Amino acid sequence: MSLPDDRGYFGAYGGRFVPETLMPALEELEQAYQEARHDDTFRRDLDYYLEHYAGRPTPLYYAANLTKYLGGARIYFKREDLNHTGSHKLNNVLGQALLARRMGKQRLIAETGAGQHGVATATVAALLGIECEIYMGAEDTRRQALNVFRMELLGARVNPVAGGSATLKDAINEALRDWVSNVSTTYYLLGSVVGPHPYPMMVRDFQSVIGREVRQQILAAAGRMPDHLIACVGGGSNAIGLFYPFIDDQEVKMWGAEAAGLGLNTMQHAASLTAGRPGVLQGAYSYLLQNEDGQVQVAYSVSAGLDHPAVGPEHSYLKDSGRVNYSGITDREALEAFQLLSQTEGIIPALESAHAVALAVKMAPQLPRDEVMVVNLSGRGDKDVQQVAAILQGRGADYGCS
Amino acid sequence: MGVRRLRAAFAKRKEEGRRCLIVYLCAGDPSLDITAAAVKELAAAGADIIELGVPFSDPVADGPVIQAASQRALVSGTNLVKILDLVKDLRAQVQVPLVLMSYYNPLLQYGPERLTDDLNAAGGDGLIIPDLPWEESAPIRAELDKKGLAAIPLVAPNTTKERLTKIASAASGFIYCVSLTGVTGAREGLPPGIKEYLESVRAATELPLAVGFGISTSNQARLLAPLCDGIIVGSAVVRTLHEEGLEAAVRLVQNLRQEL
Repeated sequence: MSLPDDRGYFGAYGGRFVPETLMPALEELEQAYQEARHDDTFRRDLDYYLEHYAGRPTPLYYAANLTKYLGGARIYFKREDLNHTGSHKLNNVLGQALLARRMGKQRLIAETGAGQHGVATATVAALLGIECEIYMGAEDTRRQALNVFRMELLGARVNPVAGGSATLKDAINEALRDWVSNVSTTYYLLGSVVGPHPYPMMVRDFQSVIGREVRQQILAAAGRMPDHLIACVGGGSNAIGLFYPFIDDQEVKMWGAEAAGLGLNTMQHAASLTAGRPGVLQGAYSYLLQNEDGQVQVAYSVSAGLDHPAVGPEHSYLKDSGRVNYSGITDREALEAFQLLSQTEGIIPALESAHAVALAVKMAPQLPRDEVMVVNLSGRGDKDVQQVAAILQGRGADYGCS
Repeated sequence: MGVRRLRAAFAKRKEEGRRCLIVYLCAGDPSLDITAAAVKELAAAGADIIELGVPFSDPVADGPVIQAASQRALVSGTNLVKILDLVKDLRAQVQVPLVLMSYYNPLLQYGPERLTDDLNAAGGDGLIIPDLPWEESAPIRAELDKKGLAAIPLVAPNTTKERLTKIASAASGFIYCVSLTGVTGAREGLPPGIKEYLESVRAATELPLAVGFGISTSNQARLLAPLCDGIIVGSAVVRTLHEEGLEAAVRLVQNLRQEL
């Protein structure tokens, strides 16, 4: 099984739904990527930066305290939070920025929700000496002010986007408009497995380093394959990075945690797979939060990085095929897991990752003690500490949560 | 009527040695009643073809003017069902071709077959879908062809010759030539290289060429006229209608008409 097909489809999902101006750019990108992935120099460069700059391989950590506390399956964390810049985002950014350099592009643009992708992009732009411009929802610049400062410190220009819901969805729209206008000089560095082909494939390939390392590490640590893989799913890049190298291992069960926000029965959530239906947004056919007229609904989550109405097309395919089980984790559950992991293991997770931790907290006690679970800790929680402090101290409304 | 009505509109102007003026309105901005009045008045003022924009929450090919108009239209409760009703009402009152311009998702959710049936029954003439490239458009093109409605594609200055050939072979009605690599919105002057670009499209098709994106002034219209069969004015009309009202929009259309 090799997906996507040559039109960029994962089963029924994916494709290219973009203005004509971008079609030549996507064809150029696909060709450049196909050449780069088979080029030893490109792969050597990427491996070098992943090891010496990002800090890979990241550890696989056995969470003995949490395992004991929950009393069920053995829980391991894949420590993507220990990457340089604090999340899995750097894996993809290094790959794409090296590709942009190879293509001779002078300018990088990117969108960001929580700021993790923006910080990673600004970081690599500084490293490679490429001009960088970041689009970020105005609401997110407020929720993640420190990350805005980081990006600026790294030499990037941050453009707050006030249109629509002023979050990630609108930042992506604005980045697409920039790209349409400056397509000959500019590389659009997409941050997740979303968008038109070849992005979902390319980002997946760059993030698959996570799962490849886990395969080796879990055999060394537990002497066996994992029974369960768990990751949070917004756009879905850290999840696909963990899952993809295990897709053909049918004995490995996979679980995706979506943001259920204030609850799936409210309109305040970001669970496109569990509560949406297929449609076209931002270049791809995939599960989407929309009303009956096909207008896109504003997503909500306590976590800015999961706050998106669409999901990568490969996840839509994996949902329909039943290979991955997706379920919703509420803000409350994520916040509880955020505190629990901090207190049992001394690891403060990103709010995004706290959704995966929360699913593990629900599942582990129901499972036999000899089962092994790997949870992707996609990012660290430094960026979220102020927001969580405000919520726990009752000032959550300042941050868009109740 | 569909393709035939569009063909007649271009043929009539060609016989006069003139060009078609195509006007875009965002349906439902600020209400469908005002859109109906605007279609009638602007047709009387010299618009040869009217594009009715179906508002969408995430219009990535559009600049700020049409983006804001779409938001206002959505707030006023506009949807595709109501726009098809509007087309039906208008068809009884105006002769000009009426073409829907919509992002793909609202059409997809409505269903391509049902949409083309209903558009045909309402007396609409064709579809322009800015985020549906040739590769993804076969199903809806088949439905449009079946009913004699126009499948109007967009081409851009960076569209390769291979793509131009494919796109032109599947087009009907006219070809929408995006004037520049960018989003909608009024700009000064004409983009460099537009003559060569339009000549290359001309070499690929017998269909009329209409140029849009960035055109707002009579001066631009005059300069472009010799290079094409029609010009499309969107953001400038939408902004004038919103900020200055229908009378001002009528004057804008009359002025553009004189140049073509």
